[in-house]
Amino acid sequence: MNVDVMIGALPKLLEGAWLTLQLLFISGFFGLLLAVPLAIARASPHAAIKALPYAYIFFFRGTPLLVQLFLVYYGLSQFAVVRESPILWPILREPYWCAIITFALHTAAYIAEILRGAIQAVPPGEIEAARALGMRRSTTMGRIILPRAARIALPAYGNELILMLKGSALASTITLLDLTGMARTIIARNYMPLETFLMAGLIYMAITFVLVRGLRFIEHRVNAHMRPRPTGPAKATEEAPAGLMPPS
Amino acid sequence: MPSASPAPSTDAPSRPASGESSGTAAATGPVLAVEDIHKRFGEIEVLRGISLEAHTGDVVSILGSSGSGKSTFLRCLNFLETPTAGTIRLHGEEIRTRRDRSGALRPASHGQLVRLRTRVGMVFQQFNLWPHMTVLDNLTEAPRRVRGLGRTDAIRMAEALLEKVGLADRRDYYPAHLSGGQQQRAAIARTLAMDPEVILFDEPTSALDPELVGEVLAVMEALAEEGRTMLIVTHEIGFARDVSTRTLFLHEGRVEEEGAPETVLTHPDSERLRKFLARHLH
Repeated sequence: MNVDVMIGALPKLLEGAWLTLQLLFISGFFGLLLAVPLAIARASPHAAIKALPYAYIFFFRGTPLLVQLFLVYYGLSQFAVVRESPILWPILREPYWCAIITFALHTAAYIAEILRGAIQAVPPGEIEAARALGMRRSTTMGRIILPRAARIALPAYGNELILMLKGSALASTITLLDLTGMARTIIARNYMPLETFLMAGLIYMAITFVLVRGLRFIEHRVNAHMRPRPTGPAKATEEAPAGLMPPS
Repeated sequence: MPSASPAPSTDAPSRPASGESSGTAAATGPVLAVEDIHKRFGEIEVLRGISLEAHTGDVVSILGSSGSGKSTFLRCLNFLETPTAGTIRLHGEEIRTRRDRSGALRPASHGQLVRLRTRVGMVFQQFNLWPHMTVLDNLTEAPRRVRGLGRTDAIRMAEALLEKVGLADRRDYYPAHLSGGQQQRAAIARTLAMDPEVILFDEPTSALDPELVGEVLAVMEALAEEGRTMLIVTHEIGFARDVSTRTLFLHEGRVEEEGAPETVLTHPDSERLRKFLARHLH
């Protein structure tokens, strides 16, 4: 194994990693935006409202990401309407945007399903309390249900984000030079697949590591209510006469 | 069938003198007037026609065995359950309802429902505080989002209420860091923050360890002495006798006995209430 080859490939691979991060975060952002209304509709008790997100989620979970990517990249350009549109074509002729759109639609389905479960896991009593205080449905959703559901969904969401990081390697199949695409280009010249893919793999691992730590930090921040009181004694949750413990 | 006859205000000779609110009570009718409430879950008829009137300052205790429909009745009053039939009036204003396609009754106007709920508060058996918010945020949330109160005003009011229920030093705690009794007192303060005209208590001490019951009952007693209008579903017979101005005993969805607590609870007419009391007064 040639360590020099690994180090030599590093600058180009980091360039590819930068594209991977762009694909991950831009598609992740739009996927999240799309997932919230999908999840709310999916958690609705009305069958008619549930149907559309159900079909959407069923399609995106039921077909391979690669197929979806090809459908968008190769498939949509079959339609003259798309090719002649001054708005759609400048976007859809770019593999970059095709990848981002596909990844966003794909991850939205998974996030929506995670969030749907989290919304339904919010204890009904907490929702009843909001209703009993006269909160409107939208206020209850925005102030009570979604903030609670987001905390419940966070660990599963982290998992989805990591899966998408690795799923983004498929972008290399539509000519993009993301981390995987870049590695393949380098190998085409240096014929050193072991070293080059190993280095790419190490970079993927490094990104995953940072993501995991970042998510853990966010979880820690938003779940202050689930930790023992930081300032009080260890058994602060138990009975203590008022005034015994200092106010925080 | 003897659905409870709404005896107008003669039934409460020992009503605690309340400063400001009882003066206005005489001029107006009942705060809350409930007529012939029915509730059916599928085949089971849980409520078979319950009526009730509450005037300002009334403290009505509602007793009954498990399954007698007392919690369901209370939850019908703010439409957490929708009654199958019957009317609810708040200050004479009837809550309009319509039947949906499945035949269930629904509040006709969401705006009116919201208004009802802001004026009729509820305290739950399981407290139902929002765990991701501090005690203070739990109190300020509804006043700010529903009544549109400003942040500083809401905080000032919440602090005063926490003082009142003895939790001033717990304002920045999360609910999980409080004992059950403290959580229930915070939940009572959260309900008070909307300044409701009627407060519904749904077994407020049933989820508490016995040694924590007293602190919650003390807060409720103080509210009764203020002249608050309260409907309390409870198993605390002693509290019902000492604090309430009227007692209802429900059995299988009907009012079995009703009257002044000292009469009803010391000389019950019905065999069922006698047995119920024997079980609950050790």
